[in-house]
Amino acid sequence: MYRYDEFDQTAVNERVVQFRGQVERRLKGLMTEEQFKPLRLMNGLYLQLHAYMLRVAIPYGTLSSAQMRMLAHVARKYDKGYGHFTTRQNIQYNWPRLVDTPAILEDLATVQMHGIQTSGNCIRNVTSDPFAGAAADEVEDPRPWCEIIRQWSTFHPEFMYLPRKFKIAVVASERDRAAIKLHDIGIRVVRNEAGETGFEFWIGGGMGRTPIIAKKIKDFVPKADLLDYATACLRVYNALGRRDNIYKARIKILVHEMGLDKFAEAVEAEFARTRGTVKLPEAEIARIQAYFALPAFADLPARSTAFEARKFEDRAFRDFVRTNVRAHKAPGHAIVSISLKADGVAPGDASAEQMDLVADLAERYAHGEIRVTHEQNLVLPHVPLDDVYDVWTALKAAGLGTANIGLVSDIICCPGLDYCDLANARSIPVAEAIQRRFADLERQHAIGDLKIKMSGCINACGHHHVGHIGILGVDKHGQELYQLQLGGSGAEDASLAKLTGAGFPPDRIVDAVETVVETYLSLRDGDDESFLACYRRVGMAPFKAALYEAR
Amino acid sequence: MKLVKEGAPAADAWTHVDDDGELPDGAAVIVSLARFKADRDALMGRNAPLGLRLQSHEPPADVAEDLTRFEVVALEFPVFRDGRGYTHAVQLRQRFGFDGEVRAVGDVLWDQIPNMLRCGVDAFEVADDFPLEAFEEARTVFTNVYQPDVSGRPTVFELRHG
Repeated sequence: MYRYDEFDQTAVNERVVQFRGQVERRLKGLMTEEQFKPLRLMNGLYLQLHAYMLRVAIPYGTLSSAQMRMLAHVARKYDKGYGHFTTRQNIQYNWPRLVDTPAILEDLATVQMHGIQTSGNCIRNVTSDPFAGAAADEVEDPRPWCEIIRQWSTFHPEFMYLPRKFKIAVVASERDRAAIKLHDIGIRVVRNEAGETGFEFWIGGGMGRTPIIAKKIKDFVPKADLLDYATACLRVYNALGRRDNIYKARIKILVHEMGLDKFAEAVEAEFARTRGTVKLPEAEIARIQAYFALPAFADLPARSTAFEARKFEDRAFRDFVRTNVRAHKAPGHAIVSISLKADGVAPGDASAEQMDLVADLAERYAHGEIRVTHEQNLVLPHVPLDDVYDVWTALKAAGLGTANIGLVSDIICCPGLDYCDLANARSIPVAEAIQRRFADLERQHAIGDLKIKMSGCINACGHHHVGHIGILGVDKHGQELYQLQLGGSGAEDASLAKLTGAGFPPDRIVDAVETVVETYLSLRDGDDESFLACYRRVGMAPFKAALYEAR
Repeated sequence: MKLVKEGAPAADAWTHVDDDGELPDGAAVIVSLARFKADRDALMGRNAPLGLRLQSHEPPADVAEDLTRFEVVALEFPVFRDGRGYTHAVQLRQRFGFDGEVRAVGDVLWDQIPNMLRCGVDAFEVADDFPLEAFEEARTVFTNVYQPDVSGRPTVFELRHG
């Protein structure tokens, strides 16, 4: 994992001092709330429905045990004992007091963490593949490039007041576990025929009220040009992006309105003029890559007898392995996902005690590394197969052993009207009701891969546009109504979900979801045809008929 | 209003002239891009320094051929959230090599000064009670930078390797 050197630590410490001054000026009335707003947002501090909300950056979703313990400490000391992991691999605290926030940031700075650029119209925390470094299918670890982008984007003088927020995600596999095509810039690390590392650039993706899948703007950006090319994209956007309407201000709209060719032309012209400006010495790339060297894995046989025996003996463990355990690039190791979607818990929430436990398990069994996924779960990326059973046993005792990764109850969900002042409808209670309806794990396994994603307003924090089943809460004449969408995907086969028809009231949305699931089960071409594959084959019509005609 | 340069109040020799305002004899004036285009010959013919004022939707590229004629370019920040001026300042300095004064006018806030300086703004028109402390802080708030800027100082990426 990356560790700050004195330059990085100094920058974060100086930011804390700067923010302390800003809070003081605000509290003394030397600055209006309107003027303070972008400053606090750029440190992750929102004003929510009931209180301030602090969003802490977890760069590319990678945490050490020490950092996870600090997140637990913040939850205990300054909040109500829990935190909420988000779809951008960050963590949010829902109840901090404004006066405490400089102290929180000071505590976080001791473990090289901060809230820098987790909000505001700037380049946000860069996200990545939660399986980075462990996945067998990656061309190389994408995280060094994420770290390079993190540093370059931190306090970028030109890009702090963009037309709108700007999100970058990086992956290095064919499989896309970071939804790069739904980002302002999506980057895939690739190798060319000469074996050189470079970057495929995708631009103008995003969700919100105008969902658009990103378009490929460049097949291969050599690594020395990464930051110059990104700068050119941002510069064109900053100069030309719309500022007359907040809902048309994202780069996706600019790219759409200009057309990809004209936009790409403008970027190329700027890139040609400025190429070589951002110096990224080879030695610096090597220095950062060295931090991400894989841990020294024990030399283990590919097959673990103990692991196989436990699977044979214990059905619940077998279920867990089926959904939560994935192949690792090192023989005899596994990637273990920890579901934060237990029945009765808001998706993505974890208590301070649970965070501490995950930190301990990571330290004891998994080289001290933890990941956060954009699907709001946690991952222990490097667990020896021999230890998976013990890890699971400990997780289970803490309510973290739910065997539902990728299944119907593994729902992505925004905080909704219970916390968020933008929301039109509640989302957590609906997610919980769906989880209860499908509580039977055997039934979930029979249904198979099914991603439900839910947002309480059109801003789409819950990624409903790319849910296999997407749910959008709206407000119609003061009544909460839930629209149902089908067939979305945020993965390498990205697609946008389509609306089924009229929305459903709160007491009927769970039935509607169940109707969709039952319809799929009746239509699928064998147990192996997933919901998404089935939908793509049969189309919307049979689902629509089942939802609306029978009534 | 006061003009601040290098952290201290500075004498302002320049007068902003409205699009339909009289041109004071022999005085240094700053005019809008519209006025410059309309009165180009008259403005060039005057025996006095000329400055240009650009609105945030008017990139320096629109007037690239004529930039050498101006001693001052004033960039408007109509509202602090409008960040186009940062890119315009960088373009003035780096793409067009403009070495006159780049002046920020409009809604300039305390915490924006460090970034404006880094993008090439070197003069600020601010309210009379705008605290000078902000300019002091701007110089000291961050010791190092992660990105190249107009100062040409080495970035953290470079400093790490001598």
